[in-house]
Amino acid sequence: MKEQLEALQSEALEKIKAAENLKELQEIKVAYLGKKGSLTKVLKGMGKLTKEERPVVGEIANRVRESITEALENKSELLEKKALEEQLEKEAIDITLPGRPVNVGGPHLLTSIIEEIEDLFIGMGFEVREGPEVETDYFNFEALNLPQGHPARDMQDTFYITNELLLRTHTSPVQARTMREYKGEKPVKMICSGKVYRRDTDDATHSHQFTQIEGLFVDKNVRMSDLKGILDTFAKKMFGQERKIRLRPSYFPFTEPSVEMDISCKVCNGDGCSVCKGTGWIEILGAGMVHPNVLEMAGYDPDIYSGFAFGMGPERIAMLKYGVNDIRQFYTNDIRFLKQYHKA
Amino acid sequence: MLVSLNWLKNYVDIGMITPEELAEKITKSGIEVEGIEYIAEKSENVVVGYVESCEKHPDADKLNLCQVDVGEEKLQIICGAPNVAQGQKVAVAKPGAVLPGNFKIKKVKLRGVESNGMICSLQELGIEEKYVPKDAVDGIYVFPDEVAVGESVETLLNLNDAVLEFDLTPNRADALSMLGVAYEVAAILDQPLNLPDEDVEVADEDANQYISVKVEDKELNPYYGAFLIKDLEIKPSPLWMSNYLMAAGIRPINNVVDITNFVLMEYGQPLHAFDYDRLETGKILVRRAKQEEKLVTLDDLERTLSGDHLVITNGEEPVALAGVMGGASTEVNDNTTTVLLEAAYFAPAAVRKTVRDTGLRSESSTRFEKGIDPNRVRRAGLRACQLLQKYAGGAVLQNAVEFDELDRTEKIVEMNTNEINKRLGTEISSEEIVHILKKLRFNFEQNIDDFIVYAPTRRGDISIFEDMLEEVARIYGYDNLPFTLPAGASQAGALTAKQQLKRDIKNYLQGAGLVETITYSLTNEEKISKLISPEIKEQNPAPVALAMPMSEDHKFLRLSQLPELLGSLAYNEARNQSDLAYYEIGKIFVSDEKGLTKQPEENLRLSGAVTGTWIEQPWQQEKKEVDFYLVKGIMEGLFDFLQIPVAFKQESLSDMHPGRCATILLDEKVIGFIGQLHPLLEKQIDLQETYLFDVNLEEVFAAYSNIPAYSQIPKYPSIARDIAFILDEEVQAGDVKAVIEKSGAPLVIQVGIFDVYQGENMPEGKKSIAYSLLYQHPEKTLKDDEIEESFNQIIETVNEKFNAYVRS
Repeated sequence: MKEQLEALQSEALEKIKAAENLKELQEIKVAYLGKKGSLTKVLKGMGKLTKEERPVVGEIANRVRESITEALENKSELLEKKALEEQLEKEAIDITLPGRPVNVGGPHLLTSIIEEIEDLFIGMGFEVREGPEVETDYFNFEALNLPQGHPARDMQDTFYITNELLLRTHTSPVQARTMREYKGEKPVKMICSGKVYRRDTDDATHSHQFTQIEGLFVDKNVRMSDLKGILDTFAKKMFGQERKIRLRPSYFPFTEPSVEMDISCKVCNGDGCSVCKGTGWIEILGAGMVHPNVLEMAGYDPDIYSGFAFGMGPERIAMLKYGVNDIRQFYTNDIRFLKQYHKA
Repeated sequence: MLVSLNWLKNYVDIGMITPEELAEKITKSGIEVEGIEYIAEKSENVVVGYVESCEKHPDADKLNLCQVDVGEEKLQIICGAPNVAQGQKVAVAKPGAVLPGNFKIKKVKLRGVESNGMICSLQELGIEEKYVPKDAVDGIYVFPDEVAVGESVETLLNLNDAVLEFDLTPNRADALSMLGVAYEVAAILDQPLNLPDEDVEVADEDANQYISVKVEDKELNPYYGAFLIKDLEIKPSPLWMSNYLMAAGIRPINNVVDITNFVLMEYGQPLHAFDYDRLETGKILVRRAKQEEKLVTLDDLERTLSGDHLVITNGEEPVALAGVMGGASTEVNDNTTTVLLEAAYFAPAAVRKTVRDTGLRSESSTRFEKGIDPNRVRRAGLRACQLLQKYAGGAVLQNAVEFDELDRTEKIVEMNTNEINKRLGTEISSEEIVHILKKLRFNFEQNIDDFIVYAPTRRGDISIFEDMLEEVARIYGYDNLPFTLPAGASQAGALTAKQQLKRDIKNYLQGAGLVETITYSLTNEEKISKLISPEIKEQNPAPVALAMPMSEDHKFLRLSQLPELLGSLAYNEARNQSDLAYYEIGKIFVSDEKGLTKQPEENLRLSGAVTGTWIEQPWQQEKKEVDFYLVKGIMEGLFDFLQIPVAFKQESLSDMHPGRCATILLDEKVIGFIGQLHPLLEKQIDLQETYLFDVNLEEVFAAYSNIPAYSQIPKYPSIARDIAFILDEEVQAGDVKAVIEKSGAPLVIQVGIFDVYQGENMPEGKKSIAYSLLYQHPEKTLKDDEIEESFNQIIETVNEKFNAYVRS
């Protein structure tokens, strides 16, 4: 019997070795170890053995079973691995084909610029305020020291709706509204942006609708040097640390003194080139110390409070920063234009 | 304002400074210099020549053969100008000369005859044609006889001048005169001033014997001075004066007109010369015009006037529009011998209305509108008399006939060194302030750190402390101010919840593939009534119109953003950009008033328009055109993201596809709509299928809670069940879904739709919709029989309500 068992073992191991796939292997397993398998059959013949022979043959039989089982397992693992490899090979794809397109939109360039400026001033403790686009003559002009008949009203040709109502010509009425809301009792530190309108014929440099962003800071003991410091901080963050600013006297009815701020030209670094028209400087914004009449009308005592205000045009900044050469581009919404600035 | 530097040098020594450096200094201390014009870049080798003879060219009718004495030599020059003649003194560009435009003069042969140079017109020498005297426009320029042959033309004609172009802000009317500019430049350069005098020798006769002056409205005309000059000879003005006028952008006419213009530019004081004889009455009466009164002005146009306009009359008839333009009937002409010279102060209000109504804006009216110096009015009159005597040979009569109630007092401003430094953030000393005031030539009294400043009347813009603060600061130099940051407690800056939400919504939409746009708020008559959301339409809005629109296209404030947005789509479509997904967040303007008495309600909206292909390059999937469900999905995603429960309700809205449109409801209230643009409209503006959405963001903001309530993450498993119903094809999937949700509550926590089928193997008029149900209980694991019971209940209810049966 011993010989029989050993023959069975070597036969089985031979077959396992030759097996080419898992199915074959399973058949081998059934053929030898199954209920009707060869090994089982042999073992069933053990009853005929003597008492002495039984443990000896039993041990051999167990060894044979273990050896076949182990061989089966090893082979099975091997075949599984091989099968997986084959499957993975079959699953290989052409990775040079394009991916499934994802539609990605983006912000308008003016929004990007406005939000960048807003965030910058929020970081300096300013709040963001808003106001109506249809304004009263009072808030658009009178409250800003532009009474009826003031020659500077001509600087801003206005779309009137009625004698009293108009499309705001600047975002400055939001300043007057905010100060009035704060009743002259607490400091004002605000920035606001939005659409404004002027009677201009649309061309490459004029638009009857455009945007403005401006800020106001009113507190006790606000100095003109503070305005210079804040504007310098702003200009360096917005246009680069190496930029210098300069203030030039100017005129706005709602500020006194009034200034215009230039930054040193990025193209020539101040030496003068065609971009800065040879001056080395580029005009960025208007600013000034809040006119005492404006403070007073809004309920702030100009003997106690002082402040500064500044305002600029996001279109102009976009044109300078990104070289946009026609203001109408901002409102035509040509997809080829809009997409260029989605990462701006 | 054009400032000739050669003219300016008469009043202030600008030393060796270049025009560019001077421009920079002026710009930095208060007046923006916009540009620098050189009259002629080059004009060497151009001299005065005497035309000794002038004959016809032997071979050319239109050319003249001239022999010209240029001092050192005689040149034979061919000249084509029709006005060249023997005996003239002319400008000769000798061979080797280079004229503006890099035009080099060489010896040439013209039709076989040698020509050694060129006789020049003023234009050829670099003077703009519109400033060239009329008689010299069409030919060469002829000098007055007194110039010397061989003299350089460059200085004679002021060709070496540089002209600064000022961009003046409205407050700096003082710089609308050469004297004002001289004050400014003297202050900047810290140089002495050399002002002209107004000394004039007067005749024995008194002007009062000839003239009377009466003013009816002293508010509008507080000063009127009439000077009388007799025995004038009308002729060209001296060369230097013509030169300065041309440099200042004024065309020389004759000596009398030129002198009034010269003094206008020099003193900033408008003057007017009447032909005394043509005035007829010797009377000046200044009054408001009568209704419908007529006046023919110098430009030969008849003006119809009203009580808003101030006129000068001869006691009866208007003879001039005060401060704006003279009348034709009393204009100085070649036969004039006696002039009544007007030097008056017209209040800005007197002139502004006339200018607006007549559209006549002139150098004179501009100065009156901005305010002239009351202390210079009479002096300017005297200066003009002095020049008329000298250059027109006139006899100036004694005494001006005046009406004079003019306030000439200086405004008093108090200031203090500490207050100045406190406001500027500087440490300027009182000595330095004294120096600045002296440079500005302001009178003042000083008591240690306290100052009383008498603001000169030429600087009408200075009346309060802050004005002086600016004067001190700008002369001190803004570059010298320190950089500081505001002291005091700082507050935290942040966006409001609403502002943050607006940004979040933008980010969501951009992530979903939409591109932000900005369109115009002003729209036209056709677009104003289109695509208005139902909840806005309900308010019966009356379009808000501009009083004076600039074009029909921008006349009304929009009631919907969609029409302009569609315009942007069409713009792109016309340029072969057909796949577009646009959104805009902006305001519409709603009022139900026909005549607006208060501000319209400004309603912030989110609008979008999507057209063309959504998924392109399909090598593995179907190319996908945009459709209703794409737009609906974007909206559902948005409201899901905002955690605001909305419903969509089928609705037919005007301008929209009747079968593909729905309103968006929040708590039963319409807050917007989605759907396909009506195919007729699509065709009209050349668009493919276009889907729109429009949402009232004010309602969204109101419904949004920025701190979502915490809800327990479920601990117990959920069980999914699918079911397909066969339904009549008119039945809407959403209605069935609502019934399932209601019937399955609270165990069914989610109902989805995963298949809709109609066609083969489906009975006529029927369709199948497959729903996926999700069961879950917050506190236990659901048992099979519990689910079974609910499931059967749902089937039964759906069967009942929709005559539906389960698809096997």
